[in-house]
Amino acid sequence: MSSVHNARADPKLEKRQKGQSATWLLPDRRCFLRGALCAGAAGSLQTFAQPLNAIPVWASPQGQDDAPFTVEARFYQKLPNRKIKCKLCPRECTVGDKERGYCGVRENHGGTYYTLVHSRVCAAHIDPIEKKPFFHYLPGTMAFSLATAGCNVNCKFCQNWDISQSRPEEVPAQYAPPQRIAELAGQYHCPTIAYTYSEPVIFSEYLMDTADAGHAAGIRSIVVSNGYMQDEALRAAYGKMDAVKIDLKSFSESYYRQVVSGQLKPVLDSIVTLHGMDKWMEIVYLVVPTLNDGDTEFRDLARWVKTYVGVDVPLHFTQFHPEYLLKNLPITPVPTLERAKQIADAEGLHYVYIGNVPGHPAENTYCPKCGHMLVQRMGLEVTQMLIRRNACSFCGQPIPGIWHA
Amino acid sequence: MRHETITARRNFLKNCLASAVVAAAGDGISLPEAAAQSLTLSKSRVVIAQDAQLRGLTPTVDSRRMLNLLDLAMETLFRPERSAGEAWRKIVRPGQLVALKVNTLGGRGLSTSPVLIDAICERLQEAGVRAGDIVVWDRSTEELERAGFHVSTAHNAIQCFGTDQLGYEDDLVMYGSVGSRLSRILTEQCDVLINVPVLKDHDGAGVTVALKNMYGAIHNPNKYHPDGCNPYIADLNMLPEIRSRMRLTICDATTACYEGGPAYKPQYAWHYNALIVSQDPVALDTTGWRIIENKRAAMRLKTLEADGRAPGYLATAADRQHRLGTDDPQRIETVEVGLGAGEQPYVKRS
Repeated sequence: MSSVHNARADPKLEKRQKGQSATWLLPDRRCFLRGALCAGAAGSLQTFAQPLNAIPVWASPQGQDDAPFTVEARFYQKLPNRKIKCKLCPRECTVGDKERGYCGVRENHGGTYYTLVHSRVCAAHIDPIEKKPFFHYLPGTMAFSLATAGCNVNCKFCQNWDISQSRPEEVPAQYAPPQRIAELAGQYHCPTIAYTYSEPVIFSEYLMDTADAGHAAGIRSIVVSNGYMQDEALRAAYGKMDAVKIDLKSFSESYYRQVVSGQLKPVLDSIVTLHGMDKWMEIVYLVVPTLNDGDTEFRDLARWVKTYVGVDVPLHFTQFHPEYLLKNLPITPVPTLERAKQIADAEGLHYVYIGNVPGHPAENTYCPKCGHMLVQRMGLEVTQMLIRRNACSFCGQPIPGIWHA
Repeated sequence: MRHETITARRNFLKNCLASAVVAAAGDGISLPEAAAQSLTLSKSRVVIAQDAQLRGLTPTVDSRRMLNLLDLAMETLFRPERSAGEAWRKIVRPGQLVALKVNTLGGRGLSTSPVLIDAICERLQEAGVRAGDIVVWDRSTEELERAGFHVSTAHNAIQCFGTDQLGYEDDLVMYGSVGSRLSRILTEQCDVLINVPVLKDHDGAGVTVALKNMYGAIHNPNKYHPDGCNPYIADLNMLPEIRSRMRLTICDATTACYEGGPAYKPQYAWHYNALIVSQDPVALDTTGWRIIENKRAAMRLKTLEADGRAPGYLATAADRQHRLGTDDPQRIETVEVGLGAGEQPYVKRS
């Protein structure tokens, strides 16, 4: 599961509200006002909601018909006896006829594998891009953010488990084809479409088609992902992305096995591949007390980042809040996050942030050369921007990122 | 704070109360009791009731012979009770809500037979359960229909529909490796759970019989297939909402599957023409495994172990942490009974 960062800063922004129909619909007041301001709109609720009314709503799962959302999957291999092997993620599920893979959103029909979530949006919001978090990519802008049900891992700390760990027919959804998403993003003056909340790996076909539709309309695509993906699928799907945020959930295989139900090695491979593809990338590490908060692990992580993707890739240490299957652990103490940052700083990383702690100085961006604060943030808001022409306005040091549209 | 925290507490109390009521109301042996007994004193009895003439000369099951076969199975399981009626009254009482969990993944070819369900419902009503208090259910209404069931939600008739009609509980229930939302049919319309699975090979778990059929009661079964479904199957069946309600398993082995399961593949299905009945689901699954292995040997297929998918979940279900029943053949009393051409019963013990 992804998109843990900053959710606690304003939970209503990040979490899908239970019991509602697809929640795209009415952003909370704060988000709405910001979006309306961004759009230069008059700010009336009706103005905001009206275009969405054109989309059919399945307010309850029972009303859903799979047919509009069922599209042949792009990454799988046919096997004898009407079985298939999924080639989307490293699990490589072998799936018999009428069965689904681990993700729960792909089904074998007579030896052909289908995704059941193409255009099946169960959550959508207009979010500040800082919430993903992207700190070096179009700061201060809004992202048209969406998700379908399903996930290819099962993180015990997942904040959006009610959609990520559900089958698509179990959550209310709306039919939102790629072209419509691009139109909506344009209407709300969002320069980006963000694939987030659940796990975009499992809706890759929809992501790819929507990215194409967005690009045709001049809108970029960004993804918030666990990176647990096979190489071919990664290159094909995330090759269409303009920026990628990877949730690196730990730097230990045992943690991945026990807490995430996944593997570390394929995620590291994905990060290296994305770096080689010249994608703007940021990495988030959710610090869970007692489980992945050791000095050695922080140090190994920082050294790996420095060696394989370089010191300029932003690394966010974010605060854990008890959720889902890990309600027995406390919130990550701020000193633990500060210790992680100190270790990563000492290893020479230039942009190490602390997340989910609104107002903490480590939310800001500082020039690695002269030390001046260049971007000041308060929670999800950018309150000061002192980067000019991609460089420090004090000393001229280039600051990596995509700072302007 | 999320609102479900309050709901969780309320549901916890509700479930505790429900469990207590179920435990107090039954004058028969509940499943946990039977399983516990099997671990201490007595053997767990598993009855295999077979009728070679179940279909006559047609491909379909004869409803009269099915009813007779069910009676024979129940009388044998609960012997020394004298009649099937007495046996049923050990399981259910008037006023209780009875849920029959079927398995309909395999379509018409390899699902719980509606003829068997009709027979069970007939005996339940004779035992005093109102028709409207019986629900036949699985995960999906569409799959039920595909398997030949008639969907019904009329209050005074036997109800039949999938969890998709009622949905799942909002709150997670957890045990060990499992964290899931349970079907509202189970939590809201069931005092007594009767499990009516199918005897099948399974590409992950090795076999799917009684215990794995409970995957159809949760919202996220796809998460519990790695590692041969172990320990997930055992952990799932430990959930109090399942364990406290489960009284009996009647496995439909009229058509069974020895390879290529759990989906229906005609080339790997055979007419075993049997019902397998027990109150110990681990013993029943162990017996089902043996039957499938015998068939595989007859068909010159590798054993499940040699195929890398021996059902390891059975040992977990029987271990000290779970105690769901016994997987020890020495502690399973298998009673094979059958109806000959003239419907004269025979008995064979092992």
